Order: sequence, then C-alpha cells, then structure tokens
Amino acid sequence: MSLDGPPKAIAGPASFIDDRIGAGNFLKRNLRKVFPDHWSFLLGEIALYSFIILLLTGTFLTFWFKPSMAEVTYNGSYGPLVGVHMSQAYESSLHISFDVRGGLLIRQIHHWAALLFVAGMMVHMLRVFFTGAYRKPRELNWIIGVLLLTLALAEGLTGYSLPDDLLSGAGLRITEGVAISLPLVGTYITYFLFGGEYPGEDVISRFYSLHILLIPGILLALISAHMILMWVQKHTQMPGKGRTETNVVGAPFYPAFMAKAGAYFLFTFGVLALLGTFAQINPIWLFGPYTPADISAGSQPDFYMGFLEGSLRLMPAWEINFLGYTLPLSVLIPALLPMGIIMTGLALYPFAEQWITGDRSEHHVADRPRNNPHRTSIGLAAITFYGVLWLLGANDWISAKFHISLYTTTEVGRVLVFVGPAIAYFITYRMCIGLQRKDLELVVHGVESGVIKRLPHGEYIEVHVPPADDLVALVQGKKSIPAIEAGPDGDGVPPKGMRNPLGRLRAKLSETYSADTDAIALDTAHNGHHDGHDGHGATPAAVGTGHGDEDTKALGH
Amino acid sequence: MTENRNDIDQPDDRVPRRVIGTPPPRGEESVLGAPPKDDGPIVFEGVKFPDPATARRGERVAALLFVVAFLAGVAFVVSYVVFQVGTIDRTQVSNFALGGTLTIALLSLAAGIVVWVRQIMPKYSLVQERHPMASAPQVREEVEKTFLQGAEESGFVRHKLLRRTLLLASAPLGLLPLVLLKDLGPLPGTSLRHTVWNKGRRLIVEGTHEPIRAADFNSPGGILSVVPEGYEEDLNALAKATLILIKFRPEEIKSGTKLNWTYDSIVAYSKICTHVGCPAALYEQTTHHILCPCHQSTFDAADGAKVIFGPAARPLPQLPIGVDGEGYLIAQSDFNVPVGPSFWERGDAEAEARGQK
Repeated sequence: MSLDGPPKAIAGPASFIDDRIGAGNFLKRNLRKVFPDHWSFLLGEIALYSFIILLLTGTFLTFWFKPSMAEVTYNGSYGPLVGVHMSQAYESSLHISFDVRGGLLIRQIHHWAALLFVAGMMVHMLRVFFTGAYRKPRELNWIIGVLLLTLALAEGLTGYSLPDDLLSGAGLRITEGVAISLPLVGTYITYFLFGGEYPGEDVISRFYSLHILLIPGILLALISAHMILMWVQKHTQMPGKGRTETNVVGAPFYPAFMAKAGAYFLFTFGVLALLGTFAQINPIWLFGPYTPADISAGSQPDFYMGFLEGSLRLMPAWEINFLGYTLPLSVLIPALLPMGIIMTGLALYPFAEQWITGDRSEHHVADRPRNNPHRTSIGLAAITFYGVLWLLGANDWISAKFHISLYTTTEVGRVLVFVGPAIAYFITYRMCIGLQRKDLELVVHGVESGVIKRLPHGEYIEVHVPPADDLVALVQGKKSIPAIEAGPDGDGVPPKGMRNPLGRLRAKLSETYSADTDAIALDTAHNGHHDGHDGHGATPAAVGTGHGDEDTKALGH
Repeated sequence: MTENRNDIDQPDDRVPRRVIGTPPPRGEESVLGAPPKDDGPIVFEGVKFPDPATARRGERVAALLFVVAFLAGVAFVVSYVVFQVGTIDRTQVSNFALGGTLTIALLSLAAGIVVWVRQIMPKYSLVQERHPMASAPQVREEVEKTFLQGAEESGFVRHKLLRRTLLLASAPLGLLPLVLLKDLGPLPGTSLRHTVWNKGRRLIVEGTHEPIRAADFNSPGGILSVVPEGYEEDLNALAKATLILIKFRPEEIKSGTKLNWTYDSIVAYSKICTHVGCPAALYEQTTHHILCPCHQSTFDAADGAKVIFGPAARPLPQLPIGVDGEGYLIAQSDFNVPVGPSFWERGDAEAEARGQK
C-alpha cells in the first residue's frame, strides 16, 4: 500500500493551519532538516526527556501534596506512624505513597527522573566541553546550558525539601546554616526565607511555589531557547568522510530522527518506570517527620548536592572575628567557592579560549577530545576536583565500609582536592598525546590485517593494510589549534597590546595551549588513499619524511 | 538506538571494513549470513532502503512488540482496578503491578519503534549546506539605518527632558518588587542571641517528655537528648534549645568545662552544631567525643565541648544547670552565647561573655 496523496484527516487540518499562519514555508524548510548522528549527541536528549517526565509526574503529585507546615496527627495506612504528630506536607507525602493508587510509583519516578535530569545535563555538558562544541557560534547556548544546570540544582534542592521528613529537614537545616553565614545580609536573608526563625511555618509553601512554578517556568523558557538555538544553528557533527564546516551530514528529521527521538523518549520513560518500580528511592516513611532536635547518621543528599556536602566536610575550622562581626569562613568558602569556580569557569571557558587562541571563526565540526590536549586535561582536572569533593561527601560511608579512620579520609581529601586535579591534568595530557600518536601510526602505517606473512629469510610479519576511508576521515578531521601572534622570538618587536604583563601572559598561554598539535600533525601525503576533498579546513602542517621513517622504524617493521 | 545506522556509506572493498583489531571478513560473506542486497528502490541520493526480506522481518518483530505494549497497557488499567492500596503490603503489590506493566508497555513500544527505524526505514546519508550565522553586511547596514531612523523619528534622542524623566520614572518602579518582599519575615533583631531557656525551666527528656531527677541520672557515660519544658513540640524553640545531657565521673571532667554550671557531674551542652546547625547527635562513651553526623565536627564533651576535629569553629555552648526543690534538673539561666551556626552580627560572643565575668 502506498499513498497517492495525504490522507484527508491530515490534509484538511494542514490546509486550515497553512491558510492562517503559512506553516508550509516553515515545514518545507524543516521537515527534512538533517541531524548528524553520534551516540554522544543523545546525552542531552536524556535530560530533555527527563524534564518532560518531571513535568508530567510532578503535576500528578501536586494533586495530592499539601505544602503546609501545620501540625496534624497521622491517621493513614502506614501503621508505624499512626498517631504521630507531623506537618501536613509530610502527611500528604505519606498519603501519596500509601493511599493513592500509583502514587508511590509516580513519586519514585519523579525522584529518579530528577536524578537523571541532572545527570543527563552533566554528561551532555561534558560531551559539549570535550568536543569543543561550545565554540563560536554556540557560546550563547553554552551559557544557557550553564544556567540550566545551576537552576536544576536549585530545583532539586527546593524539591527534596518538600516532603518535610527527617532527611529533607537535615538538608534544609544545612541550607539555613549556609544562608545565615553570609556576611552582612545572612541573617536577613534567612529570616525572609523562613519567615522568621528557623524552621518557621513558611518555608515549605515558599519552596513549593519556587519548585512548581518559578524555577520550572524559567527552566522551560531556557530549554525552549536552547532547542531553538540548536535548531537554528544546526547541530555540530563529528569529523568524518564528507563532513565539512559548511555542511551537515545525517538523517532527516522526518521521518527518521522524529521516530528515533520518540523511541528514545519512551526508553527514558521506560527505564525511569523500571527504577521507580523496583529501586526504592527516598523512603520518607522510614525517616519519620522532621524535628530540628534529631538526625539520622549517614544522612546523604541527592547525588548532585554531594560535592557541596563534601566541600563542607573537608574545610578546616576557619572563622574570623573583627570589630564585633563574624566571618564564618568554614561555611562560606566550601559553600560558595567550589560551585563558583565550577559554574563561572564553565560560563567563561569559551571566551577564555577565544582570548587565548585568538580564534574568532565558526566551528561546526566537533573536536575529538585527544586533539585538544590542554582543553581535555583542564576538563579532567575539573572532573577530578568535583569528584574528590563528591566522594568526600560520603566519607562517613567510605570510612565505615573500608574501615579507614574517619579523620584520615578527611585529611587525605584535603590533600587530594588540590593534588588530584594536577595529577589528572598530567595523565590526561600524556594520554591525549599518546592517542594522537596512535592516530598518526594508523594513517602512516595502516591497520593490522590479521594476516601473518613469512618473508623469504624466515621472518614473520603481520601485513598492514590501508585503513578504511571513514576511519581516515575521522582521524584526519584533526585541526591544529590556532595561536595568537606571540611576537618576540628574540628579535622581533612584540605587537601592540602584547607588551604589558597581561599581553605576555596571553602570549605564553597561547603558545602552551596550541603546543604539541603541529608536532604530531597528521600528514596526508603519507596516506596513499586520501580522497581528495578539502573539507577539513586548515590542513595541519606536514610531517617531514624523516619523521615518518623514524616512526616506521620505531614500530619494528 | 545508539548505533550508527545512518553512517556514511562505505565502499565494501576496503579491508578491514570497520574496527582495528577485528578479523577481516572471509570472502564476501558477512558473519550474519548473506550480505544485504541493494535491490531496493533508490529514490534519493543518500537514501538507501533495506532489502524487502529485512523489512518484512522487521515488520513482524515490531508488530509483536507493539502487541506486547498494547497488552501491557491493558494490564496497567486492569492492575489499577484490581490491586487496591491501604496497607503496606497492598501498596507494594499495587506498585509492582502498575510499575511493571508501565515499564513493559513503554519499553516494548520504544523497542518496536527502534526496530521500525532500523529495519524498515532507509539508511540516510543526506547532506545539507550550512550558512554562516552572521547576516550579510548589506543587511546589517540596513538594520543600522532603520534603527537610527526610528530613534530619530521617536524623538527620544532630541528631547532631553522626555528621556530623563522617563528614566527617572522607571527607577522606583524597578525597586518596588524588592520593597514588597519586606514582609516575608521579621527582622532578626536579637532573637538569635536567646533561647527559651531561663532560670528554673525544667529539662525534659526528648520523646518521653519526662522531667529528669538528678539522682536517677546516675550512671557515668549516660547521655540524654533534652528539650525545654513547655516547648516539647515547638520546632522553632527546639531548633535552638535542644540539649545533650551527659553524666561523667567527677575525675573525667577537664578544665574547659565550667564546673559551677554542672550539677553532680552532669553537663548540658547545646545539641545544635556550631557549624551549620545539624543536631550533634553521636556520642562516643569511651572518648567523650560528640560527633555531628552532617560534617563530622567533633567536640570533646569532657573539656567544655571544644572542637577537636572538623569544620566547626567554636565549642558547643554549655548551659548552666542545677536542681529544683524536688530534685529535678533545671536551667540556671539562658545560654550566655548564641547557639548554633555563626552569623555576621554574632561577633566573638565568647570573649564578650568572659569579659562580663
């Protein structure tokens, strides 16, 4: 069966809409919009679909949840708590969990989706960072992404405070302790947030309106902007055969990408449903209602808050008193500094890189991480910094499970948080260089065929054959990293603007950042089957024949 | 889903075809059987249809998965009706039934669509041109001209008074939202410096709400969580006034502890950690260490709760206690320093308190 024309059910409404808003022009241009394909391009979609699921499940929860701190006596289905005094928020959370069919399922899917939302954003962000996909013209979308991540943390914090169980109260108490530590305005902010003294009667209802209206509203607007910009600017693509800075190669939106995206949404939802069914999360009925007088040992926040928890634990007890005022550095520094470093660093990175490399051109072909060793190393150093803090957020568990003294874990962490990133930087840098050399070997030397050949004089060798075209295209997608004209190599007069200390620093950074890229550039002349298209933009500097020979010898053939 | 189904077509005569380290294919035969034939109708460049046999097989598999999804969806509705909630066990069964059927329905539907895309839809390798994001120079020039013309026509530039009073008018309006937020809460005043403890208020055991007779709390190493009488359920009061009460042997108490604030070697400290306010609830009897489970600030209970490890900068404040006529433990006064986390206006309250003496 095939279609001779659009079915009436579609043609009718389509004409109706086109007559009124001229949608045809838009669809003509966009129905077959091409989307490049790579597994890593799907990571952001996980976050997008999780957000949609969060909106759906969250709306369901609001039908029963009561954001009130008024005291009630529990009289529901969960036996162990019957007769216990608690807030209405906690009571209604228990009601959703035990007395609404599907309530527990939806609550657990909502919590899992929140974790997946943040996790999806994080890995998506790492993909964009390591492939340099934030470069011009996509800096704005990158900044929107950083804002989204920050807001998602706030959304998570306001969300898990709502059930008003003992664990969520511990998080709220720490939030209060951090807010009140702010110099000058801390006590005022705290009193305004909590409607007076902690815990007060207002914070749940205030967090509720932030959590279900304000923050998701902003998230929705920013996500829409994120999507529109992605659509307008077209997606980046990995280097490969036929892929250039001026084209995009892939599958059309309609029907292939559309169907795949639909399936991917369903997969995300399906996996979250699986987790919500079988993997218990935040069993609030076990924690009991909140009271500021109690806490359970081993309290842990959701994973995305772990790094803040870790940095609070690592900090030594510094506090400054002067002129009758107090500066609680042991709270301020760990609560603000790591987050500040990470978020500001992320937001500024595209511009810092442009400043260092002097590169103001558009980039649509993504870098392979190995081909920009310094960027990749900086990324890994940041991950290590974050990772150490995150791990130390659970140092009590580490201490208990591995029988290490609790204080030892803290002291080791205090060192690791500085040393770890440096080590990570060094190792990553060497790995990138090593991988580039491997690429070079592939192009110059071919790939192992699995065929063993005996030479007339008795030596056995493995026959190498030329690599496949797509492999060559991928490897040769490497571009040298631009550097600014640094100027004085002894005799020349440095260009204006490079003579002051800042200029000299910039020149030095630029030189370092672009180093080691030309040294092992991939020379197309050595490769017998270069397909001749010139889509790679700037061709890296050629490797001399001598270099190539040395390389061959070194490999033992 | 994550496979590069739409990858760029490769000529088949390259050996090896894909990954380094994998053995070369023997002859023309693929490991999976006959090589796919390219006799499907090629309509567009870069669009390659699968052979009809694959498509037919794909259709059967996808259809099967869709039927499974249908059945699971129906089972979900049935589960909703059949499995009621109301007890822990019934809630659990309902959760498994609803979640299990939902999971199967969603995953089968997703899998079916993937089979559809991979085995029935063509392989694509379409190419589209990109254009620079920036508009053409003429366009920019024209926009600039239009902007200047509009600015000129509006009179905003020429009429100084208009411009200045407009800016003046908008300044207070921008501040209004901030002003409106003032009633979110009262000002702190000195409320952070006081708790509900005062002379004569009895110490009450948290949970049981019983007053404590000093003579009954007599085994050294004992610890109690204590709340003020009359405020047993007042969370605002408890957030500052909760205590831990520890009974020592007299010789264990060190110089940091204010002895005249103890009664019969019973010492009361604020339970609210001086770091960020978690209840410092863990006590190690042999070492007399109080540990806050949140960030592991550790205090030496025998030595005035001074900090021996962790991020807390100050000792847990000690509350002066005594007994009333019936022998029940009471507070002698409020704390002489603010309890809980540090804040800007706090200052060195400990030094001030020492100065008063």
